[in-house]
Amino acid sequence: MKTRRDVLKIGGIASVSVCVSWVLRPLATEAEKVANPPRSASTGTYNPTEHQWRMVIDSEKCIGCGLCAKACKQENKVPPEPYYFRTWVERYVIKTSGKATQELRGETVVDSPNGGIDGFAPSSIPAEQVLRSFFVPKLCNECDNSPCTKCCPVGAAFESPDGVVLVDKNYCIGCGFCVQSCPYGCRFLNPITRSAEKCTLCYHRITKGLWPACVEVCPTGARIFGDLKSKTPDNPVRRFVKEKKVQVLKPYLGTNPKVFYAGLDKEVR
Amino acid sequence: MSLTVSESLAEALKHVQGYIYPNDLNLWWGALVVLYPYITGLVAGAFILASLVRVFHVKALEPTYRFSLLTALAFLLVAPLPLLFHLGHPERCYEVLMTPHLSSPMAVFGFVYAWYLMAVLLLELWFDYRKNFVEWAESDPNILRRFLYRVMTLGVTDVSERSLQIDNRLGQTITVVGIPSAFLLHGYVGFIFGSIKANPWWGTVLMPIIFIFSAMVSGIALMGLLYQTVSKLRKAPISMDCVDAITQCLFFAMILDSALEALDWIHRLYEAEESIDVLVLLAAGKLFYSFLLIQVLAGTLAPLVLLAVTIIFSNRLSNGLRRVLNLVSCLLVLVGVFAMRWNVVIGGQLFSKSLRGFTTYKLGLIGNEGLLMALALMILPFIILGVLVFIFRPWGRKT
Amino acid sequence: MKIPPQISRLLLLTVVIVLLFMSAKTILVPVSFGQYGWYRGQALKENSSSGIAFAGHEACEECHSDIVKRKAGARHKGLNCEACHEANAAHAEDPNVSPGKITNPQFCLRCHVKDFAKPEKFPQVDAHEHAGKDACGTCHDPHRPSESPAK
Repeated sequence: MKTRRDVLKIGGIASVSVCVSWVLRPLATEAEKVANPPRSASTGTYNPTEHQWRMVIDSEKCIGCGLCAKACKQENKVPPEPYYFRTWVERYVIKTSGKATQELRGETVVDSPNGGIDGFAPSSIPAEQVLRSFFVPKLCNECDNSPCTKCCPVGAAFESPDGVVLVDKNYCIGCGFCVQSCPYGCRFLNPITRSAEKCTLCYHRITKGLWPACVEVCPTGARIFGDLKSKTPDNPVRRFVKEKKVQVLKPYLGTNPKVFYAGLDKEVR
Repeated sequence: MSLTVSESLAEALKHVQGYIYPNDLNLWWGALVVLYPYITGLVAGAFILASLVRVFHVKALEPTYRFSLLTALAFLLVAPLPLLFHLGHPERCYEVLMTPHLSSPMAVFGFVYAWYLMAVLLLELWFDYRKNFVEWAESDPNILRRFLYRVMTLGVTDVSERSLQIDNRLGQTITVVGIPSAFLLHGYVGFIFGSIKANPWWGTVLMPIIFIFSAMVSGIALMGLLYQTVSKLRKAPISMDCVDAITQCLFFAMILDSALEALDWIHRLYEAEESIDVLVLLAAGKLFYSFLLIQVLAGTLAPLVLLAVTIIFSNRLSNGLRRVLNLVSCLLVLVGVFAMRWNVVIGGQLFSKSLRGFTTYKLGLIGNEGLLMALALMILPFIILGVLVFIFRPWGRKT
Repeated sequence: MKIPPQISRLLLLTVVIVLLFMSAKTILVPVSFGQYGWYRGQALKENSSSGIAFAGHEACEECHSDIVKRKAGARHKGLNCEACHEANAAHAEDPNVSPGKITNPQFCLRCHVKDFAKPEKFPQVDAHEHAGKDACGTCHDPHRPSESPAK
């Protein structure tokens, strides 16, 4: 008698839960649609599998104007405080070795005042102490083996089919694991949305045929953007890798960044 | 007056040393993330002590068996709270159970926690207490407590000799399964830190092992402290066999733990990788007080010496003195292990990933990641433990 | 063989918990999850649907073809409009919306101030030596910088 009662109990609970789930499932679909309505018709015609976006940086062309960092904050509504950046510019000053003749080069001083969004004031280091100096723009390296997408516990960090590492800010739980995992320091937790945030290559622009905001305003062509699956003959990123020797940041970590740099110095991390 | 987050960051910006990546100013994991491994470490350690009695038949520790399990349960119930509170979106926490991204060590939290709580701790307690529940469901004078005990029998009232034998065997199996489960519960936290190759302070192979061993050490120390304190409160006699056994277990666990931590440092200094300069600056500079003084000197070397003295000269020291040395060592160890968690979590974020500079961290008073919240979360398990002792009566009923 | 009551009761509990978990999964996992990978497919649409602040040079060139002609063949040919004129998607949508003025008379120093970190061949000047307090526009047409401003 006891076993029959138990079987009936299990059967009862099983059927009730199945019925409840079937009833509530369409409500879940509607809830997702209401919370996240798809916007314009044009996004409906964009097929991510037909594109493969790349950004490459010619560091030797960068003049440190910081227009890219400023445009990014405007375009993406990044909090204006100096501790949240999707992209920034660094200035490297390599000093001469001075009297110490055993060293070929002196110490390296790096700065990035407010990420460079107001440009760079002239360095306090006197010119005669400077051996070399240059600017390096920094952004999300869109890694192919990205530690940030690997470590997200819920699936809010992912690489889109068109090669961009994105954040699902409506699903992110704000645990900060991805922020800690990024070796390039390109992620942060947005204090207002309380979700993770980073450079998205202005996904909302490139899916409409526009350039990322930073590429749009760069005056010297230090930031180069293109579509590997583009049919047009002149592809700037393909031309870049044909003409230049390229490097990536922190290659020894095995993250396989898809952002290539030309003209880096050994001091750039 | 406590500063807002933005004000404290603006203040921190003024104290930056060297060059930090702009996003590295903020510490994303604060006091709450320091607390979580500390609490689960205490759980794992208390459980290991209990399993020494059940599986390895260390009779001297018998007086602490049921109490260790209850302590582990009290701390385990509080453990998810610091994690929940530190999330940007705690209301979405269910996602970890619904769509766990299995390449992430953090994703296993929900399942490991549920397994450890239900399949290990609660089950082991149930098998040990089942007979008592059946008894107390009849004999307890209070009607509410009688109802509570009846619910806790889960409707199984068979307390025949054969049934109790089955309970014993199943309890034994659960404890054996529980030992690797306890390692998994705390080890995965160490794995989270150890797997972050972006951070050279965290990303080392030894990290999960060091976490597990320091967890065991902290759990044993907690039980040593609680046993003496609670016995005094209950005006019950303190078994010197038990105190001496705890002294020995703590000493040997500490030898293992300090050997591993020392190995980590020796290896780092010898290999001298790219990050060694900034890490040495970190350990000797920003972490001078919390690492060198508190964790190493007061939290490791001092208790090792005290415990060694207690063991070597045990027949020449009076009972009272051995109890005091045990108590002091346990306190020092508990402080030292907390400092270790602090140095790992906070220390790892004080230097930038540029390896060229440092930011600062100031523990606030109020707010989510403040001192008051941390204290509240540390006191809560003791309150829960009081309730559990009231229900489970590990030392039998007062006649 | 008769199952001991403890075990049968615990097995029942386990089955109940598993069933509850599976029902929760059916309800709580978003529908588009797993469409392209371990994430909500809907997230791609959400990421592509934010508002735009910069119109892009093609939008400017639609109406301002005279400026495009002026820039052709000059050093600022490749310099896009919004680098100096700031985000103007609102103006491109509705020309009645004012595009905003450049108020700083030495605005050009943003790029052209002398800094040893800049590439040597890039035109850069010490502001004080080059023009004192005069506006850059006194001598340079920003769209054709080697020439004076058009009258």
